[in-house]
Amino acid sequence: MPSCDAIIIGGGTNGLACAARLAASGRRVTVLEAAPAMGGGASTVEFAPGYRVSGLAHLVLNLDPRVVQGMDLARHGLGYATTNLATTALSATGDHLRLDGPFGAHAPGLSEADRAAWAALRSRLLAFARVLAPFNAMAPPRIARRAGNDTLRLAKLGLGVRALGKEEFREFLRMILINVADVLEDDLTDDRLRGALAFDATLGAWLGPRSPNSLILLLNRLAGAQGALAVPQGGMGAVAGAMTRAATAAGVALRCGAKVARVLVTGDAASGVMLDTGEELHAPLVISAINPRVTFQRLVGPQHLDAGFFTRTGHIRSRGGAAKLHLALKGLPDFRGADPTTRLVIAPSVGVVENAFNAVKYAEVPDAPVMEVILPSAHGTGMAPDGCHSLSAIVQFAPHAPENPDAARAQMLEAALRQLEAHAPGLRGLILHAELLMPYDIAAKFGMEGGNWHHGELAVEQMLFLRPLPEAAQYATPLPGLWLAGAGSHPGGGISGAAGWNAADRIIKVLK
Amino acid sequence: MKDHFHTPLRQTPFHPRTSALNRLNQWGAWAGYTTALAFDDEAMEYTAIRNGASLYDLCPMVKYRITGPDAAAYLNRLTIRNAAKLSVGGVHYTVWCDDAGKVLDDGTLFRHGAEDFMLCCQERHLPWLLDSATGYEVQVREVTEEVAALSLQGPCSAAVLQAAGFDMCNLRPFRMAKLGFEGVEITISRTGFTGDLGYEIWATPAQALPLWDALMRAGAPWGIRPIGTSALNLARIEAGFIITNMDFIPADQAVREDRARSPFELSLDWMIDWEKGHFTGRRALLAEKARGSSWALVGLDIEGNVSAEGSLIYHNRKTEVGHVTAAAWSPATKRNIALAQVRRPHHTGDTLWVEVYALRELQYHKLMLRAHVTERPFFAPARRRATPPGAF
Amino acid sequence: MIYDAVIIGAGHNGLVTGAYLARAGMKVCIVEKNDWIGGAAVSRELYPGFTYSNCSYVSSLFRPEIMRDLELPKHGLQILPYEGGAVLTRDGGYLAMFRDHDANRREFARHSPRDAEAYDRYSRDILRHCRFIRPLLMRTPPDPSSFRPRDLSELAFLGRQMFDLSETRIYEMIRFWTMSISDYLDEYFENPVIKAYLAVSAIIGTALGPMSPGSAYVLLHHYMGDVDGNVGAWGFARGGMGSISRALGASFAAAGGEIRAGKGVERILVAGGQAKGVVLEGGDEVLGHRVISNMDVKRTFLKHVDEAQLPAGFVKKVRNFKTRGSSGKLNIALDAAPRFTALPDGAPMYRGDLHFTDSIERMERAYDDWKSGRFSRDPFQDVMIPTMIDPTMTPPGKHFMSCFVQYAPPRIAGAEWTDADRDAFGQTCINQIETYAPGFKDLILHMEVRTPRELEAEVGLTEGNIFQGELTFDQLLFNRPVPGYAQYRSPIKDLWMCGSSTHPGGGVMGAPGRNAAAEVLREARLGSDMSDAYAVL
Repeated sequence: MPSCDAIIIGGGTNGLACAARLAASGRRVTVLEAAPAMGGGASTVEFAPGYRVSGLAHLVLNLDPRVVQGMDLARHGLGYATTNLATTALSATGDHLRLDGPFGAHAPGLSEADRAAWAALRSRLLAFARVLAPFNAMAPPRIARRAGNDTLRLAKLGLGVRALGKEEFREFLRMILINVADVLEDDLTDDRLRGALAFDATLGAWLGPRSPNSLILLLNRLAGAQGALAVPQGGMGAVAGAMTRAATAAGVALRCGAKVARVLVTGDAASGVMLDTGEELHAPLVISAINPRVTFQRLVGPQHLDAGFFTRTGHIRSRGGAAKLHLALKGLPDFRGADPTTRLVIAPSVGVVENAFNAVKYAEVPDAPVMEVILPSAHGTGMAPDGCHSLSAIVQFAPHAPENPDAARAQMLEAALRQLEAHAPGLRGLILHAELLMPYDIAAKFGMEGGNWHHGELAVEQMLFLRPLPEAAQYATPLPGLWLAGAGSHPGGGISGAAGWNAADRIIKVLK
Repeated sequence: MKDHFHTPLRQTPFHPRTSALNRLNQWGAWAGYTTALAFDDEAMEYTAIRNGASLYDLCPMVKYRITGPDAAAYLNRLTIRNAAKLSVGGVHYTVWCDDAGKVLDDGTLFRHGAEDFMLCCQERHLPWLLDSATGYEVQVREVTEEVAALSLQGPCSAAVLQAAGFDMCNLRPFRMAKLGFEGVEITISRTGFTGDLGYEIWATPAQALPLWDALMRAGAPWGIRPIGTSALNLARIEAGFIITNMDFIPADQAVREDRARSPFELSLDWMIDWEKGHFTGRRALLAEKARGSSWALVGLDIEGNVSAEGSLIYHNRKTEVGHVTAAAWSPATKRNIALAQVRRPHHTGDTLWVEVYALRELQYHKLMLRAHVTERPFFAPARRRATPPGAF
Repeated sequence: MIYDAVIIGAGHNGLVTGAYLARAGMKVCIVEKNDWIGGAAVSRELYPGFTYSNCSYVSSLFRPEIMRDLELPKHGLQILPYEGGAVLTRDGGYLAMFRDHDANRREFARHSPRDAEAYDRYSRDILRHCRFIRPLLMRTPPDPSSFRPRDLSELAFLGRQMFDLSETRIYEMIRFWTMSISDYLDEYFENPVIKAYLAVSAIIGTALGPMSPGSAYVLLHHYMGDVDGNVGAWGFARGGMGSISRALGASFAAAGGEIRAGKGVERILVAGGQAKGVVLEGGDEVLGHRVISNMDVKRTFLKHVDEAQLPAGFVKKVRNFKTRGSSGKLNIALDAAPRFTALPDGAPMYRGDLHFTDSIERMERAYDDWKSGRFSRDPFQDVMIPTMIDPTMTPPGKHFMSCFVQYAPPRIAGAEWTDADRDAFGQTCINQIETYAPGFKDLILHMEVRTPRELEAEVGLTEGNIFQGELTFDQLLFNRPVPGYAQYRSPIKDLWMCGSSTHPGGGVMGAPGRNAAAEVLREARLGSDMSDAYAVL
C-alpha cells in the first residue's frame, strides 16, 4: 500500500527542489532526510558558542532561477546580504587586486594592457558560458539516433553555439577542453588575476589549472549568474530554511532523522524504502537525491543491478580536494587593508594553485594551500558576538584519503593558518576556536563520497550524458521506479537545485 | 616462476601418458596448454567414442570454485539459469551474459554442496566473476591447475568404470558421485561433450597418472583409446554442442560490435529463468524478447557429402544471411551436418543455400548446396540417457 | 629555374610530401639546413663504427600505405618487430611483456591474476579506439565552421564514424578521449607495476603527466600504429631510424626530386600575398610556385615569414600554439651488452623496451618537476638496445643504447639550458640505469646527451617538442595547428604546411606529409598514385 506518490531520499537543495516541483504537479511527496535538519550542504552552523558560519558552501553563485521562482524563495524568507560580492585577490605585500562586479567586471588595479586583455577574455568566456548554460536546465541528451531527445531544443542550442560567429565558434571548439592555465598565460600578465581565475576554475574540483579540461569548469561556474556571487542573509542555512518552508507550503511531507537503509524492490521495480529503524514506506516512485554511488551500492545492492553497471558505480570518481575552515576570531583580522566584506582569495599565481594540487595527487598536504575567505560576520549581524568575527574559508587542496587522517588534518590546519597569517599578520592571535573539515570529515558529515561536494567529481568525463553514468544520466536508472535527483547527476552540485528540478521535469515528462 | 616464458605452453598432468601415446605427434595449443589433436588415427578415435570407450584429457578447461553462504545467490545473479534449483550432486549447463544480454561464455556448473560450486568453462573470466561478487559473501577462486580431469566417453564407458572399480550404474545424467581412489576422493559426473553415454572424472594432479593407468587397463577389453581434439570435435558437432570462440565470440572479446550474441541468438534462451529475480543482462534480454533478435544458431542438414566448414549461407542463393561455424559429414547419422549462425527470419524458412569451396587436389570447387534447418542434436542415442546404462 | 614546389626541411614528412608530388610529375626541391636528411628520423655515426638513432628510435606509426606507395622496401626499408619489454622494479624484480599471449598472461599473473585477465579486455577496448581513429589519420580535417560542401561531407564522415558505434561505445569513447590514463587504468587494473608499465605510452613526448586528463588520448596516439598489421606493436627500423629517411630520400630521388642540403632557410619569399620561394642562408634563392614548410608552425611563421604578411589574429594563435618540449635523449655506445641484475640472461626483454618507473606516482612526480622548470630528479626512461636485434648498427658484440627520457623542460627555471645542466641531466639518467645494471657505466664508450635545447638546435623543433606541437585536444584534428588553418594551407597563398604541427600530429607517421601532398595535388588538379587509407576491416 503506497504511503505516497513519491519518496525522495535526501533533503538537500536538490531533494527539496525536486520535491517542490513534483508536489506542484499534483503528487504527494515525502522527503526523507537522515540529518536532524533539511538542507544538506546548505546550512548555517554554530561551530563555537556565538560564532556562526555556513557549514559547507558559503556563497550562492548558481542557485537555479527556476527554483527561486518556482518555489518563491523570496516570499519564504530568502534574503541576501549582498548579491554582487566583490573579490579581492590578496597579495602578501598588500598590493591587492580588487575585482568588482560579476566575474571581475571592473578591475581598475590592472595595467592598461591587462585591462583590455581581461575585458576581451572575460567577454569571450561569458559568451561561451552563455551558450552552455541552457544545457544545465535540461536533462542531458543521449548521443544516439532515435533516443527521444528534444531535437528542436538541441538544434536551438547548437545554433546558439554557431551564432557566436565563425571566429568565436572556432575558438569555442579549440578551448572547450583546454586547460585554464594556458588560456590565462596566453592572454593575461597579472599574476594576481591569473591566480584568482585559476583558483575559481579548480574550486571544488580534483584537478589543477594545468590539467586539460579545466577551463570548462570555469565556464560552468559562470553558467549560473554569469559569475555573480551572493551572500545570503544569515548564511547558507537561509537557503535551506526558505526551501524547507516552500516545500512544506507546497504540501511536501518532510521527515528529518529518517535514514534510509535500503530501497525496496518488488518484482523488477523500486516500490519504496526501508528506514534503518525497519520502518517501510511504499511508493511507486523512489527518487534518490543523495550520492549516486551510495544509492546503487548500499541502498539498492548488486542483486537488482547488472554486474557491469554495478562495477562502474564503483568507478564514479569522487575525490574531494577542498577543506572547510571555520575560525572564531576575537577581532577583525586585517588582510593588509583588504576590504573584509569582499571575497578574499589567496592564490597569488597559477603556479601556486598548481603546486597546491600536486600534493593531493599523492594523498599529501600541500605546504601552501590556496583559499577563499569570507567573513560572514562582516556581512550581517548574528554571525559572531559583538566586536568578534567568524571566518569561513575553503582551503585547497586537501587530500581525501591520507594515510593518517588526524595528522593530515592538523598539518592542513597549520598550513592554512600559516597562509592566513602571512596575508593577515596577527590573525593567529585572534583565534578563539578553529575547526577544519577535511574532505573525509565532509564525507562523514554530509554523506558526500570522498568529500567531493558534487557527489562525484565535476570533470568532463563525468559531465552531461556521462553523469553519473550513461545508463542513469537522464535521471532514470536501470531499476524501474528508481530515479536520481542529486548533485551526482547533471549538472552537478553547488547550492543550485538544478539537478533536482531537472529530475522532476524529466519524471513529469516521462510519466505523463 | 619467473622463467615461465621459456615454456609458453604448459603440459597437463597427463602429459607423460599422452605424449607417450601420441604417435602422430600432433599437438595443439588450448588455453595455455599443449594437448593432443590426434594420437594415431582420427577416424578410429572417433569410432572409439561411438563404439567402445575413449579417454580425453580435459585439464585445460578453465575451472572456478565458488563457495560461501551467498554462492547460490551469486550464481543466480551471474548466470541466466536458476542455480538455486540445482540440487547438491547435480550438474547443469548454463550461460552468463554481460549487461547488454550478450553471452560471455557457456559452461557446466557442478554443485558440490549447499555453498560449494564448481564452474567449468572454455575462457577465463576472473575479473568478471570477481566484479560480480561485490556485495556477496562468496569466494571465487580459479582452480584449473588444482584439478586433473578426464572425459571417459562411449557406449562402454559405464562398463569400463565398473571394471576399474567405480560402480556408476545408478548415476543418472547430470549427476555426480564422489568416491575414493587411492585413498583420495575423486568426483565422477555423468556429463560429457559427445552426446553419447559418458562420464567425466575430476581428480587431483597427483592422482592423474594412476587414474589414467587404471582406466586404460580396465578399458582394454572394450578397446579404450585416448582421443584427441579432432575426434572429439566431430562427436560434439553430431551432438549439436557449441564451443566458445568457435561457434560464437564471447561478448567481452568481441572487438566488432555486431559479433556478440545473446542467448536468444544462440538458441539457448530455454535456459533463462525469468522468475528467479534479477540477473545480469535480464533487462536487456527482456527488451530483446519484446523487440526480436537478429540472429539464430541453427543445425543444418546440407545436401551432398561435402563438408561446409567455413561457408557463407545465402537466402535464395543470393542474399548473404549467415555463415557456418562448424560442419562435418556425420558418420553416426550419415548426414552432411553443420552448425550455423543465420540472420532472422531466415532461420526458419527453407530458402537457405551454402556456398562451399571444396578443395580437391589443390583446386577449389565452388558448390552451391541446399541446406535445411534441422533439429539438434543431430545424433541422440537412447543410451546417453538410460539409467542404468545397460551393456552396449 | 622555378620549381613546382619548394619544401623546407628534409624530415620524414617533407620527404613524404616531396616524393608524392614528384611522382605526380611536379618538379620538387627540398631544402635542408643540415648536411644530412631525415630531421628527427635520422641515423648518424657519432662514434666510429656505431650508428645511432639520434632522435626518434622506434617505428610503428609510419603508415603502411605510404611505405607501399613510395616503394620504400625497394629503397631499403625494413622494420623489425621487437620481442618484449620490461619494467624493472625497485625491489629487484620485474614485470615483462611478451608477444605470446599465454606467456604474457602468466607474467602479469605473477603480479596480479586478476589483472592478467583484465589485460585482455583492456587490449580489446584500446583496439576499438584504434579502429575508430585510424580512418581519420589520412584525411584532411574538416573546418566545422565552414559550409563548403567538402567540409560538410567530411564532417558527415566524422558523424557517420561515430554513429556507426552503438550508444554505449560512443560514451566509452568520449570518456576515453577526455580521461587521464591513470584514472582509465584504475578502472581495469589493481597492480601498480602493471599500471605503470601500461601508462608509459600516454606520456611519451608529452607535457602531461599520467594523471593529466587527456593523457589517455596520447596513449592511443602511440597504439594506433602497427607493424605489418599487428596493431599497437612497435619495431626498429633496420639500420636505425635514418633508414626510413634514406628510403624516402631514395624514393624521392628516383621520382626526380632534388635535395639541397647544408643551408637553412633564412626567409620565405612572399610577394603580393603569395609565396614565391625561399631565400637560403647566404642569400641564394630557390624559387617555386609553392612553398611547403615541414618546419613546425612556430618556426615557419614566427621566424621565416615577415609578420606584416600575416593576419594579426593568426600570429597570435601561432604564438599561443603549445610546443613545450618534455623529453631528452641519451645516445650511448656500449663496449658490451649491459646486464640488468633482474633480467635472466638472453631474455626476450632485452630485445624490447626497458623501463625503471614502477609506479604511476613516480611518473607523475617526474612531471611535477617539469612543471616547476626542472628536469626530473627521478626520470622516466624508455631504454632500447636495438643492436640486440639489428646486426647492422655496431661492430659485433658492441651495442647502441637509446634512452628516451622524461621529463626535460624547454628551459631550466626560466633560463636557457647550460652545458652543466645538460651534463647533470645525463648523469641523473645513467645513474638510474647503473642502479639496475651495475657496471653499466664502465661500458660506455661514448655518450651524447640531448635536451630540448639540442633538439631545437639540430632538428629545429621549437622548444624541443618532438611532436612539433603538444597533443592535447585544443591542438588536434581541426584545431591543429590552429583553427581555420588545419587543412595544410596558411594565410599566405601557395604557402603550405606538411609537418607534424598539422593533423594528425607527431611521431614518425608520414601522414601529415601525405595529407599535405594530397591537398596540394587536389588544388593543382593533378592525379596521383596515392592510396587511400586501408579499410579497417
